[in-house]
Amino acid sequence: MSGIASRYGSRWFGGGLIAAIILCVAALLRAAGLDVTSALEALLRGSLGSWYAIGSGTLVRATPLILTGLAVAIAFRAGVFNVGAEGQFLVGAAGGTAIALTFSSLPSLVLVPGILLAGAIVGGFWAWIAAMLRARFHVLEVISTIMLNFIAAYVVSYLVRGPLQEPTHIYPQTAAIIEAARLPRFAATTRLHLGFAIAAAACLVSWWTLRYTAGGFRLRAVGANPHAARSAGQIDVERVATRAFLISGALAGVAGAIEVCGVTYALYENISPGYGYTAIAVALLARLNAAGVIGTGILFGALEAGATAMQRDAGVPSVVVLVVEAGIILALVAADRARSLFVVTDR
Amino acid sequence: MSSPATAFLEATVRTATPLALAALGEVVVERAGILNIGLEGVVLAGAFGALVGATNGGITGGYAAAIGSGVALALLFALFAVAFRADQIITGTAVTLLALGLTGTLYRALYGAAGAALSIPTSRPVAIPWLSSLPVVGLGFFYQPIVTYVVYGLVPAISLWMFRTHSGLALRAIGEAPSAAAAAGIRVARVRWGAIAFGGATGGLAGGTLVLAQAGTFAEGMSAGRGFIAIAIVVVGRWKPVGVALAALLFGAASALQFLLQALGLALPYQLFLGLPYVLTLAVLAGVAGRVRAPASLAKLDEA
Repeated sequence: MSGIASRYGSRWFGGGLIAAIILCVAALLRAAGLDVTSALEALLRGSLGSWYAIGSGTLVRATPLILTGLAVAIAFRAGVFNVGAEGQFLVGAAGGTAIALTFSSLPSLVLVPGILLAGAIVGGFWAWIAAMLRARFHVLEVISTIMLNFIAAYVVSYLVRGPLQEPTHIYPQTAAIIEAARLPRFAATTRLHLGFAIAAAACLVSWWTLRYTAGGFRLRAVGANPHAARSAGQIDVERVATRAFLISGALAGVAGAIEVCGVTYALYENISPGYGYTAIAVALLARLNAAGVIGTGILFGALEAGATAMQRDAGVPSVVVLVVEAGIILALVAADRARSLFVVTDR
Repeated sequence: MSSPATAFLEATVRTATPLALAALGEVVVERAGILNIGLEGVVLAGAFGALVGATNGGITGGYAAAIGSGVALALLFALFAVAFRADQIITGTAVTLLALGLTGTLYRALYGAAGAALSIPTSRPVAIPWLSSLPVVGLGFFYQPIVTYVVYGLVPAISLWMFRTHSGLALRAIGEAPSAAAAAGIRVARVRWGAIAFGGATGGLAGGTLVLAQAGTFAEGMSAGRGFIAIAIVVVGRWKPVGVALAALLFGAASALQFLLQALGLALPYQLFLGLPYVLTLAVLAGVAGRVRAPASLAKLDEA
């Protein structure tokens, strides 16, 4: 794990890597008989082709990826393999929606923070289940968080077909949340909402905390070498890991609540197209650097916004993005290995 | 399928079969000190391979392609986990994402948005003479697709090999102390490659079972966490083939419970039944995980 949190030379490494992998995938698509030229055109048009594409496509898509990516980065930094950001996102979205629908008479300045807080609490609770199973029963968190992802999806499915279903009981989704519960947009002509600024701010605060505070140091120490942290640093390793797990879950939960308040305005089953899984690639590409997650989140936001356009305009399935993500992760672990073979690093 | 008890047993064994297959392979992998989280992707790749194989080459082609796809993806995992000694959990997660993306993309590219034709051949249940006419358990255990009998054969075979042969001892030695095994002249990397390939074969076959013996078609993400549940089953079965087979039956029973409860006409939300195997996994792991001992070198990077 500590190896992943280290060293890749230039800051253009990530961009070049993505370009190389996109080309590989393009070759794959051509082999499958798809029109690659128009697909790549659509990918660019949908992500960077216009100010509208950048603001309302890429950055809107980047917002949940930045927050869930930050969630994963913080957990991995502490040596906690939280691959449950997906489930924490979903229950956070559900909790936020429930508050928005229940307390719709409150003023916006109280309601919106309340919704985000609810998302954080519910997301943190979802992570707590896995954290407790890890600390008390030695259950591998990779397995437990993935199980919780499936359970969260069924919880949302139940809610939008049961207690939270819209009044006509026709569609499997909740009623739209009221105007006062929505996050403000930066301008009338854009879909970009305040959530993006919140996500970026959360990254910067986390970066500062990890780097300059005692708590941040303890978290990094536990992730880098739990035995050393315990014996040399007198650090309560399980306590620090559990805390990082909860913060991670809370961040992913907030991401879900922000998605409801800023983009979808309602809860439905497929509200997350796998943000919690993409988040792993976002965090790893940022080398688990909390500030770096802003950049890699935008990169993946562009990729996903472009992929949506690609599916719509060129008929290339957007799940192909997962192949790109997997390629990036594998290339990163291989590059890490290659570097540790050839380069002597002082960390 | 006359009585509810028989139907319940039949559904239990049917749902347990792919879980047992995937978990039996993973036992061998984990005994070599490797944790393949990519098993989920391997199962999915096997399912997609089965679809492609069966549309072109019938049932035999389907099973062969399922095994081939599983092995191919497992070898990719081995390349990173064994040859590069990359972090196994991150590599495994990437392998699963890769399988989700690849199968989804190829499925839509090859079969269009409408999906595959429903006309792929499926594996019919085969009655074992005499045994299938036993009361209650007969039809449940001995009127099943051929892959179920493969499981019945694999359990004693892997058990005997693992605990009664020299090469089985070598495998277990690697899982406990890879450096010591290497010092004793065991080719650690080669055995691990072999173990992972075997796990890929059974994992792929598990995916093939989903398509050829159960659903009769492919759906995106149809492995639905079975690979992860299989990893949990390995823990519950204490890294022993017989234990794993019994644990798989337990999980099969939990899944089959939904048919039984639906037959009883209880008005419970269906999501409760669908979520039950995942909740059960958590509950059982909580009860078992702290009390069992994993192979000592499991998922640890080493320089052996």
